[in-house]
Amino acid sequence: MAIVERPQTKTQTINGAEILVRGLIRQGVDVIFAYPGGCSMPLHQALTFHRDEIRTILPRHEQGGGFAAQGVARTTGEVGVCMATSGPGATNLVTAIADAKMDSIPLVAITGQVPTTVIGTDAFQETPIVEICRAITKAHYLITDVRDTARIVKEAFYIARTGRPGPVLIDFPKNVQLATIDEEPDLDPPMNLPGYHPEIRKPTSTQIREILAAIRESKKPIFYIGGGVVQSDASEEFTKFALKTGIPVATTVMGIGAFPGDHPQSLHMLGMHGTAYSNMAIAEADLLIALGVRFDDRVTGKLDEFAKHGRIIHVDIDPSELHKNKKAHIPIVGNVKDVLHGLNALVSDDDIPEMDAWWRQLNEWRDKYPLKYRDSGDFIIPQYAIDELWRQTKDRDAYVSVGVGQHQMFAAQFYKFSKPRRWLSSSGLGTMGFGLPAAMGVQAAFPDALSIDIDGDGCMLMNVQELATLSCEKLPVKILLLNNQHLGMVVQWEDRFHEGNRAHTYLGPIDHPEAVGAGDGTHYEETYPNFVQIAKGFGVEASQVRSKKEFPAALAKMLAYPGPYLLDVLTPYQEHVLPMIPSGKTVKDIILE
Amino acid sequence: MMKHVLSAMVMNQPGVLAHISGMLASRAFNIESLAVGETERPDFSRITFVVAGDNKVVDQVRKQLEKIVTVVKVMDYRDQDILERDLMLLKVSTVDSGLSKVKELAEIFRAKIVDVGQSHVMIELSGPERKIDAFIDLMRPFGILELVRTGRIALAREVSLSVEDALKPPTPFDTSEVEIEV
Repeated sequence: MAIVERPQTKTQTINGAEILVRGLIRQGVDVIFAYPGGCSMPLHQALTFHRDEIRTILPRHEQGGGFAAQGVARTTGEVGVCMATSGPGATNLVTAIADAKMDSIPLVAITGQVPTTVIGTDAFQETPIVEICRAITKAHYLITDVRDTARIVKEAFYIARTGRPGPVLIDFPKNVQLATIDEEPDLDPPMNLPGYHPEIRKPTSTQIREILAAIRESKKPIFYIGGGVVQSDASEEFTKFALKTGIPVATTVMGIGAFPGDHPQSLHMLGMHGTAYSNMAIAEADLLIALGVRFDDRVTGKLDEFAKHGRIIHVDIDPSELHKNKKAHIPIVGNVKDVLHGLNALVSDDDIPEMDAWWRQLNEWRDKYPLKYRDSGDFIIPQYAIDELWRQTKDRDAYVSVGVGQHQMFAAQFYKFSKPRRWLSSSGLGTMGFGLPAAMGVQAAFPDALSIDIDGDGCMLMNVQELATLSCEKLPVKILLLNNQHLGMVVQWEDRFHEGNRAHTYLGPIDHPEAVGAGDGTHYEETYPNFVQIAKGFGVEASQVRSKKEFPAALAKMLAYPGPYLLDVLTPYQEHVLPMIPSGKTVKDIILE
Repeated sequence: MMKHVLSAMVMNQPGVLAHISGMLASRAFNIESLAVGETERPDFSRITFVVAGDNKVVDQVRKQLEKIVTVVKVMDYRDQDILERDLMLLKVSTVDSGLSKVKELAEIFRAKIVDVGQSHVMIELSGPERKIDAFIDLMRPFGILELVRTGRIALAREVSLSVEDALKPPTPFDTSEVEIEV
């Protein structure tokens, strides 16, 4: 096998870029979000030769491409793929990679790199992206020999999607992309991963019986389920087991959709902005069945007080999550789906405890502290807007992505998801600007589906350039923009913990009284920025709505529109996301009004 | 605080040590020493860690190490009969008290004088940490000019972490039970 530095005129040679693209096809990739530059040009050239097999979508910023790839991964369960050039292109992917790590999303990020001959010389657009990404990737590669390309692609996809999924980086120097081999590459070469064994994490029947015994002995059990149930495609098995046992279900933000949100057994979301009744239930439970969760601080609040009366069963595929934050009485390393399969196979009627008193208590809490919002006259408050969106779309199997902040939590509270993989939220990292590009990725994966981005006005500007992608790539995403002219969640914390002192949380001109918290609560005739004009400038249809009376029709118009559409909804900035358990506190400190 | 010794078999590739040390730093683990070198097979390296902390901390370090794809296997030497060695090179002055006194102490400790200069000697000593610490204390009055120590290395007498053993497919977490059909 001869290696040469430059592409030859001989037609039978094949270069590294071509091998990588063929590797992607071999892995089943049919869409990639890629922004070209000097050091990734050979890859883009190779992509054009395979346009019938892979759709290459040009995002308008690499971060948008990274989140769009996540949009594909979160909804299909397959590995999402994004690509950028070296240097700034690569660093622009970093946030999307870190985000995928936090939420365990299978992602392969490919970056061009300067030629190996100049690596380390501070060459133009050189950045040590592998060094930068070590802590935020599951694995990372720098291809230095073209003959390693096919193996590295295969390993990257295998690592990204198996075990606890996560992002993998492939850094590909330009001279290696251009180096050629003169024979057909083996696209299914043996892998060299002696230390990676995701396949061994199987539960045993003893462990399954231990769980069933704990359930049998409990009086007040509760499920605490998270992203692991969604990621392992275990929703069906989980729902079966939950319905069989009749145990109440509380989900994390990542677990939304793993169990039908409108089912009476659902206590909905727990944690900081979860329902009062789910948090009260956790505090009172004598058995916490934690599946595919990581006891995040936004869920637990004060760790010592969390679920302190109960025994804890913790099932996770990642051994390092067990006992990390909270000691489990029954720790099980395993795929949640395997565990649930085992539970469904072995459970008998005798295992189901008597829970009448428990359910009486739960229903009492649910009746006393329901999720609710006030009657707002003709104002469109965000909770209502999301409620109305749910009413108008519940039969359309919609995908809903969000940014981060109040609108995200309102969406989590008021949009009732009945299926997994329909809800996309940057949950662990909490990245503003996630919603629009994620919805764009969903639309690329499911061209005929209804893909909605519920966004805030702060988040919208973080990746607003992707409106161009929606227009040019014909991606008919619908954007419900909940525009309160403020950074709502920070404003809420200012109101609650800083006497309402506005610290750079007003998004309009600094000479407005709102900038120092002295606004009169109404919105200006001309809101800033003019999102309708912005959208139209990008070729995206848009309109603004301020009146609750007009909202249902305005929303229906957007949902019926064939192309991408932005509905700019002016909402009051006085609304707070409630209930709220302040950071580091307990359910006893819950704020309800 | 308790000290524990962990030993890891890792793939001998560029960046593995950077990955490991970065992970330890970013998770704020307190590592007292770290020694790395090739093993009986040049494509694998062995890293020995001395970790300060309670069992919970050491368990987390082990699990986080095992999560790194290029780490093949990690062994916790807690409750194992192990041999531990540090290596030290030390330059000590012979101006005030002459060579013979230093040489006498070195012999007691089975240290080696590896270089002799006009006014100092260089001594090599290997052994468990306590022996080396004791020798350093004895050398202080003579005037220690320079001192360098390696991190700890350790091997267990009974259990094995040879490359051959490390590469064997790991057994499921609970071997006492038959897997359920899934």
